[in-house]
Amino acid sequence: MRIPVLSVRNLYVAFATRRADLVALEDVSFDIAEGEILGVVGESGAGKSVTGAAVIGLIEPPGRITGGEIRLKGERIDNLPLSAMRKIRGKRIGMVFQDPLTSLNPLFRIGDQIVETMMVHLDLSAAEARRRAIELLGEVGIPAPEQRIDAFPHELSGGMRQRVVLAMVLCTNPELIIADEPTTALDVSVQAQIIALLKRLAKSHGTSVMLITHDMGVIAETADRVAVMYAGRIVEIGPVREVLKNPRHPYTQGLMGSIPTLTSDAERLVQIPGSMPRLNARPPGCAFNPRCALAIDRCLCERPPLVGDDRAKVACWLVEAEEGAEQRGEVLS
Amino acid sequence: MVAYILRSTAQAILVLLAVGLIAFSMFRFVGDPIANMVGQEASQADRRELAERLGLNDPVLVQFGRFVRDVAQGEFGVSYRHGRKVSDLLMERLPATVELAVLSALLAVVAGTILGVYTAIRRDGWLSHLIMTTSLVGVSLPTFLIGIGLIYLFAVELRWLPSFGRGQTVKIGWWTTGLLTESGRKSLIMPVVTLAFYQLTLIMRLVRAQMLETLRTDYIKFARARGLPERRIHFKHALRNTLIPVVTIAGLQLGSVIAFAIVTESVFQWPGLGALFVQAVQFVDIPVMATYLLFVAVVFVVVNFIVDLLYFVLDPRLRTGRALATG
Repeated sequence: MRIPVLSVRNLYVAFATRRADLVALEDVSFDIAEGEILGVVGESGAGKSVTGAAVIGLIEPPGRITGGEIRLKGERIDNLPLSAMRKIRGKRIGMVFQDPLTSLNPLFRIGDQIVETMMVHLDLSAAEARRRAIELLGEVGIPAPEQRIDAFPHELSGGMRQRVVLAMVLCTNPELIIADEPTTALDVSVQAQIIALLKRLAKSHGTSVMLITHDMGVIAETADRVAVMYAGRIVEIGPVREVLKNPRHPYTQGLMGSIPTLTSDAERLVQIPGSMPRLNARPPGCAFNPRCALAIDRCLCERPPLVGDDRAKVACWLVEAEEGAEQRGEVLS
Repeated sequence: MVAYILRSTAQAILVLLAVGLIAFSMFRFVGDPIANMVGQEASQADRRELAERLGLNDPVLVQFGRFVRDVAQGEFGVSYRHGRKVSDLLMERLPATVELAVLSALLAVVAGTILGVYTAIRRDGWLSHLIMTTSLVGVSLPTFLIGIGLIYLFAVELRWLPSFGRGQTVKIGWWTTGLLTESGRKSLIMPVVTLAFYQLTLIMRLVRAQMLETLRTDYIKFARARGLPERRIHFKHALRNTLIPVVTIAGLQLGSVIAFAIVTESVFQWPGLGALFVQAVQFVDIPVMATYLLFVAVVFVVVNFIVDLLYFVLDPRLRTGRALATG
């Protein structure tokens, strides 16, 4: 098997407060293969963005990585010194933020900001960088890039600006793009365009993508695999089709049930009762147990591990019990 | 841009006319100008004749028109106390004040910005804490106390610097400068520091607060995610965004440095406009006071105008008129 572009193993992130460390991420492990798009879904506060920030080394203090490791193409990057990490940021790992309206510095021309990124990371002349910037702007679908390259951010619409951000992230040909809710701040009609663009660009550049979103529709359309996060842990991970069609974790089932469809004639949408526990109030056992209709005694005291094969994993005692029974049944028959 | 400059100019003229009206009213209505000019033993007929000759019997509007015309030509009347033309007095005193104020302003802006950025970037360093604590002293101590403290330390105890006056000056045309002689430069140090101290601490705290604000924005996060070097992020991306709001306050503060150097000039016996004004107040020298009022107004109007122009340089969002892209 080839080395995955990104490999996260047993990652722990904690935020130090005066009283105690608040644990934001617990034992998070996943891989992203070359050219693969991994969708990361979950409610606000589930740890999606912190995971992204941890990978690119930009967790805001007082947060810090307290355990585990992150490897980029097999090379460990979570413990690199600042200067070495800076050379990876923007060059090998690009990041797209939620709000394109505020991601670009309002006082500088967009072309200058793209050229700046290239000049910092690549050995290019200014003229060459500018030529490439125009090329990229064209590639991300900005009309008349020769003129627009000298525009200021405020002269472009939100969708256009997110395209510029994508061009800026792509300009160094990174191996991995972390897109943290790249379309949440955009109009619905523009969202679809940007998602389609991101997918196309990832394919044509062979770039892996970690797509953080709470929009299941976006995941279904774009991702190859999906990781569902809840209260700082991955509760289910697997190929997108399987997880969407046949969710195994009760939380994932709840998420799927809450998506409105045109074909169902249900009066009300299913909703998961309660809300996600705060960082300092996670229950013992499975963090989902207070909201889970199927919880058994074991869920209240023991935390289910994320188990399964390389393709799909799930962290739930019920699933484990079921599969265990199946396996035993097979042996008997 | 051109329209904007024209509009600003029109506004400036209006402001100056309004201040001119106040200055004119001082002339006309504070005390009796005739009594100020003639002696005790002048006859009633003499007084009437003088009033007629000075045009004091004309309608107020005509008198105001005449006042504006004179002022526009640089005629500010004759000082009651010195018996000399106010414009000459002003010209004599102007270089001392301008040198003091401009050097103070430069010191305040340059040092204030550097220290502000430093304390924002090294937020938790001991040196930052020290600077911030010291700056509290600067903000809270009155200027004259700082001046007197400096005089005590450097002039009385250490005897390094002169305690008053401009030292030796060199005449260049009508301008006199203290910058070309050693005693002139030495004499400048304490007044400049005294006058700059308050502004410096204020600008520093302002830059720091604004810089911290800017460092939290998304485009700074994105700049980090792009892997730009920290220095570039701080001084290219953050500083320029920091300066836009700072320019407004700093501009107004610098206007007041030039206009109200009065306290510092008094403490150091600095032969500038402020000292002239203080004397004028003591002797109710109305023409000098009125002229000083106009001078202050002009300074503020000019500084404001420069601040407005700086916005255009710093912030491309104000330079409209380019085609907007949508979609």
